[in-house]
Amino acid sequence: MAMLEEPSCPGFVFDNVLRNQHLLAKCGGGSQADAAASSTSALPRAKKTGTTIVGCVFNGGVVLGADTRATEGNIVADKDCSKIHYISDRIYCCGAGTAADTEMVTRQISAQICLHRLSTGRLPRVITAKQLLKDYLFRYQGYIGAALVIGGVDYQGPHLYSVAPHGSVDCAPYITMGSGSLAAMAVFESRFKPDLDQGQAVQLVRDAILAGIFNDLGSGSNVDVCIIRQDGVEYLRPYLRANEKGQRAAVYRGGKPAVLRTDRRPVLADIISTRIIRDSGAAQAAGETPMET
Amino acid sequence: MLADWTQQEVLTGTTIMAVEYNGGVVIGADSRTSSGTYVTNRTQDKLTPLTEYIYCCRSGSAADTQAIADHVRYYLDFSRISQGREPTVRYAAHVMQSILYNNRDNLSAAVIVAGWDEVNGGQVYCIPLGGLLVRQPMAAGGSGSTYIWGHLDAQFKPGMTDTECQEFVAKSVSLAIKRDGSSGGVCRLAVINRRRRTTAHYHARRFAKVVRWLN
Repeated sequence: MAMLEEPSCPGFVFDNVLRNQHLLAKCGGGSQADAAASSTSALPRAKKTGTTIVGCVFNGGVVLGADTRATEGNIVADKDCSKIHYISDRIYCCGAGTAADTEMVTRQISAQICLHRLSTGRLPRVITAKQLLKDYLFRYQGYIGAALVIGGVDYQGPHLYSVAPHGSVDCAPYITMGSGSLAAMAVFESRFKPDLDQGQAVQLVRDAILAGIFNDLGSGSNVDVCIIRQDGVEYLRPYLRANEKGQRAAVYRGGKPAVLRTDRRPVLADIISTRIIRDSGAAQAAGETPMET
Repeated sequence: MLADWTQQEVLTGTTIMAVEYNGGVVIGADSRTSSGTYVTNRTQDKLTPLTEYIYCCRSGSAADTQAIADHVRYYLDFSRISQGREPTVRYAAHVMQSILYNNRDNLSAAVIVAGWDEVNGGQVYCIPLGGLLVRQPMAAGGSGSTYIWGHLDAQFKPGMTDTECQEFVAKSVSLAIKRDGSSGGVCRLAVINRRRRTTAHYHARRFAKVVRWLN
């Protein structure tokens, strides 16, 4: 019995990525008939959180902030999506990038942290969650499009990390990620100082997210804030509704507008053909004569 | 709608260097990591400990080098327990090289492994892209190193004291930061010897020095 030998290459095989690219090129360049015949004329677009997410350490904990817009290409898919995900009681994670990826990665790591907590009998540490996220994303070599800001408080104090899709980690007292990160970082770089108190940190986070909401097309709607301290978490969703739909300014009543001027001109036309339009059943039932041209 | 820098990998553009002296090594690096044209972290620490006495300076892809350094650190910690003594710098460099060489097709990482051990004192091992391992009295790497090779060749002399080495490394990295767009921030410096590992941060422009002593 002949058996095909499996190719022995270590790690993951990303051949399907090449296949998808080839299909896209083929269908994109093909004729309309080909595209209609094959069911995939274009690859479905992933729902992305365009996003502004930030984190800021203050002298009693960590503040995380996020906007609430999720986009699918140029359309807003969700005006009020939640981007601050629960990892454990004192660890939360904001996610930017592909919405499905951030949601699933954070849920996966949250489960692993819960099991780890039960098996060690200790409260989870932020560096543990950071290491799990980092190893997971590195294993997938950037194909899982999740850019995360993970922050929390553990026995060592407040921690804040950013994890990029390829699996690199940065540690800093203030962090921004997502398409609106430049706008938010500008706010932090001009106003951050060490040893902020909670009120100042929340104000800074709020202003950074607003900068992203108003200056980046991929971010919008509301500001969500999560304040994590040793003694508790305040998950404020929404913290601020920055884009309420406006109230209608006036009601314009229907009715005939005033006629300002009348201009009559004869239009000469020849009748070339006559066609009777008949509305099946309904018009006859109502006793109306069908229209004729 | 998304800018190119949100989808590009984070790279340590970098200037890294290491110099041996009699009794230890001095290592230095800049502090910039970039993603496309955006600086993702201006305060990155590229001097990563592998053991208490052996550090590695990282350049190339941030994700690759962080993952590899974690792995090597774990491996050396295990070796320290199983061998009953601190690993030698040569051993650490070989562990690092075997990973970088065997996965050279899938990695973008170049490192300098430097440290102190009882057998041979201060040693610097350079592992550029591709996984070559070579011991050198002075090594520099990263995109910024190309701008300072002339300066290094002219100014380096064997037998410098550790203070002279520190000034040499700080000045060289600062010069590279000035000229290389992918290097920036501060110059991070570390001295590794028998007794103490000290770190200092030099601001590239003003040479303002902040010294922190580690235990």
